[in-house]
Amino acid sequence: MAAPNRATEGTKLPRAETCFQSLILKLQTYWASKGCVIVQPYDLEVGAGTFHPATTLRALGPDSHWNCAYVQPSRRPTDGRYGENPNRLQHYYQFQVLMKPSPPDIQDLYLGSLKAIGIDPMEHDIRFVEDDWESPTLGAWGLGWEVWCDGMEVTQFTYFQQVGGIECDPVPAELTYGLERLATYIQGVDSIFDLDWNGVEGPASKSYRDIYHQAEREFSAFNFEHATTEKLFDHFKDAEAECAMLIDQRLALPAYDQCMKASHLFNLLDARGVISVQERAAYIGRVRNLAKACCEIWVETSAEGAA
Amino acid sequence: MAELLIELFSEEIPARMQARAAADLEKDLASRLTDQGLAFTDARTYVTPRRIAVVFDGVPERQEDVREEKRGPRVGAPEKALEGFLKGNGVAKDQLEERDTGKGVFYFAVVETKGRDTREILPALLTDAIEAFGWPKSMRWATHGFRWVRPLRSILCLFDGKKVDGALSLGDAEIPFGDTTEGHRFLAPGRFQVTSFADYAEKLRAAKVVLDPAERRALIQDGAAALAADKGLLLKADPGLLTEVTGLVEWPVPLLGTIDAAFMDVPPEVLTTSMREHQKYFALETADGRLAPHFVVVANMETADNGATILAGNEKVLRARLSDAKFFWDQDRAQALETRLGALDVITFHEKLGTLREKVERVRLLARGLAEATGADPVKADRAAELAKADLTTGMVGEFPELQGLMGRYYALNDGQDPDVADAIADHYAPQGPSDACPSKPVSVAVALADKLDTLVGFFAIDEKPTGSRDPFALRRAALGIIRLMVENGVRLSLATAIENAWDKLDITGKAARDKVTGEVIAFIGDRLKVAMRDKGVRHDLIAAVMSQGGVDDLVLVLKRVDALQAFLAGEAGANLLTAYKRAANILRIEGEKTPDAMGAALAPGLFDQDEEKALGRALAEARGEIAAALEEEDFSGAMSIFAGLRSPVDAFFDEVKVNADEAVIRANRLALLSELVRTMQQIAEFSVIEG
Repeated sequence: MAAPNRATEGTKLPRAETCFQSLILKLQTYWASKGCVIVQPYDLEVGAGTFHPATTLRALGPDSHWNCAYVQPSRRPTDGRYGENPNRLQHYYQFQVLMKPSPPDIQDLYLGSLKAIGIDPMEHDIRFVEDDWESPTLGAWGLGWEVWCDGMEVTQFTYFQQVGGIECDPVPAELTYGLERLATYIQGVDSIFDLDWNGVEGPASKSYRDIYHQAEREFSAFNFEHATTEKLFDHFKDAEAECAMLIDQRLALPAYDQCMKASHLFNLLDARGVISVQERAAYIGRVRNLAKACCEIWVETSAEGAA
Repeated sequence: MAELLIELFSEEIPARMQARAAADLEKDLASRLTDQGLAFTDARTYVTPRRIAVVFDGVPERQEDVREEKRGPRVGAPEKALEGFLKGNGVAKDQLEERDTGKGVFYFAVVETKGRDTREILPALLTDAIEAFGWPKSMRWATHGFRWVRPLRSILCLFDGKKVDGALSLGDAEIPFGDTTEGHRFLAPGRFQVTSFADYAEKLRAAKVVLDPAERRALIQDGAAALAADKGLLLKADPGLLTEVTGLVEWPVPLLGTIDAAFMDVPPEVLTTSMREHQKYFALETADGRLAPHFVVVANMETADNGATILAGNEKVLRARLSDAKFFWDQDRAQALETRLGALDVITFHEKLGTLREKVERVRLLARGLAEATGADPVKADRAAELAKADLTTGMVGEFPELQGLMGRYYALNDGQDPDVADAIADHYAPQGPSDACPSKPVSVAVALADKLDTLVGFFAIDEKPTGSRDPFALRRAALGIIRLMVENGVRLSLATAIENAWDKLDITGKAARDKVTGEVIAFIGDRLKVAMRDKGVRHDLIAAVMSQGGVDDLVLVLKRVDALQAFLAGEAGANLLTAYKRAANILRIEGEKTPDAMGAALAPGLFDQDEEKALGRALAEARGEIAAALEEEDFSGAMSIFAGLRSPVDAFFDEVKVNADEAVIRANRLALLSELVRTMQQIAEFSVIEG
């Protein structure tokens, strides 16, 4: 059952227009209309939408143009709160846009997307506030902003400078929307779990709680208490070895799958609290080495394919 | 004379970089103009989140013509040399003049360089300046090689009211210079043309952009203060935040928001940190200084609902932030600080210096040891040191690291710890710099000193010393902290002993030798003392002179002595005796080189020949004991006046007595007398390092 939500209090739009799934659909429709390839979520556990090969690898490589958009379920085991914190989840959704090269009107395109989901810049206070982005595990960094809407960070906006330690040329612009946060704002609710997911009335109405609360409870218990650390360490080593082997075989995409697995296994180990401060940096370095190798092979092999 | 207006329009420039960038750009353009012989009468710079504008008044319309005489090759030199000279200066042979310089007959040419039009010079001047401009961090975008802080979108360049023709190359594209700009992103979209700076500023204002940061700052300050006054409240002064917010808006609209009453029992520091650091809100206070349940947010927007939606959104965000904070506050208090100590076992302080728990144990022992010198209760000092780092494992400090220590105090009080212990937990990181408040309560002073001594000595022991501008472990700050804690609280102790104690507690492998570390740390603290005292007008050479004497490593004593010495040297007797010292030391050095055997003879008053040497010998014998006694009693001005009494016998000696007597024993005895003079003076300070 959907919790009685305040969706219609904060906005004049009907529920079907502000529900969580409509947010995803509208963003997809909007960015498709701007020439983006609508890719589907990647079928591995990742910490953020950036990990999707459509971003990490396609930010590099021979394509002079690559515009894509997709929703990506993302997992951050340490952020789990057993479903008890209204603003924190270990599994959540990011909406990701990558446009390479960055279009000259990318800020306006972005503002257009806010309008498309019901945030009219004329009624709100939209600000671009300095925020440099870095992913130590991907060997990636860029400059940009966090975009504020009435004081709330709704999007990370980054001009990628490097990915996998390789200079981006051309430079892509990456937009990452935090969908749950945006939705709580649009629907006017204080808890993510109160979000209206499907926007229908009656018994078929489903809230975020209906769909994900049990998962938050159970995965928090798994992440923090029950994941078998010895096995995680073994799996990490296996993924690392497999990745190295595949790099030797010059199979960039399967190798990168193993890199993503290693990254998620590291996140789980981190949540289990079994990685010390010094070890932490070393593990991040190991994942970064894999990511760099994958990116290098990708740049080479994708260029061969293009030739 | 004409006006030059330049505007560099970009995507949002980080607030913290704006002021510096504007100043740098003005300075750089000014020097480029001057280098071109284009002196101007006035320059001004303005900056907003999206633009840097520089205006120069009274720029000449063209350079002056320059007439220069140039000497060419010798008459009769090979044709080739002459050809080169003619070509290089653009003159014909019949324009040359032959002249005898006294060293031969040479060709001379008068070369006239016509001044160029400013308008012609400006394009290259501006593109050079833009290309050379250094941002703290810059980026590329799209397909261009060019770097700027964020994508540069347009360049306005107006000279004498008209657009300057030119363009900046981005590598594979260019940005042409223009005479148009944009106003507020949402309130006044679209480009418009301008014809002068006055026109530019006026049209920007109409397009909802306040160009001048000083004006925006005042609008924010006054607007926020007025909103506070409406509620009978006061705006909490926060110049740093004011500067930052000024750089986040082009059209400031202060709005008054309300903090949900449910959060008002969370410590005020938590509320203000959350509001300030994350949301850039200004905190308000009641007349009696308590945090009020309101805040001011500065929007960059005017809306049809007068900001109601914006405010509701901001209040919602704050609720989410503060409910996190309240969650931590409630959760953290459920667990006593004491029970968190085990968690410090797994936090590394430094790879080579062990865990945080190990540091805590060292600091406990040191704090106990320092209790006497600081007047602290040793049991309380020990307890405070034990609990000082426990709050690092709380949820609140995890979320707001800047609240470390402060949260520890709240949690300690909640656990029923002694208030002195709780305060010491809060205070022990202080002072963090020259302007930070310095702890004064004895237990706080003991723990703060112990923590810093352990850090400083530990890093020196593993050879992690600051080099140049690199000081990753903030050891300079730790040393300054030690200085301020000791000096401002009059804590009397031997630095060497304190350092040795800290070294003894370090149970680590591969630590550097005790004497080496002690010497290095004292020298390091001495250097920081010189820097710290420089602003107070204390001479660095006098600090060196007092500290370089063996044994004086009590900073309170050092500064007292330096004070007395500085006053003494400022007087006539002091200056005179300093000269006498240098003379004596000089003679001893020269004679010592000539006849090493004659040195070091015991002073034999029986060998005094002249009255002046007898008098000096007597005076020294008396003064030496009296000075020692005065120093013992720390009566430094007394010691100085005894010292001053030596002036006339010393003067008389140098006036009347020939040190290099013919008779070897008398000479050796006179040298011994000078040695005695030097030794007597060295009781006060090492005069050889005093300048002047």
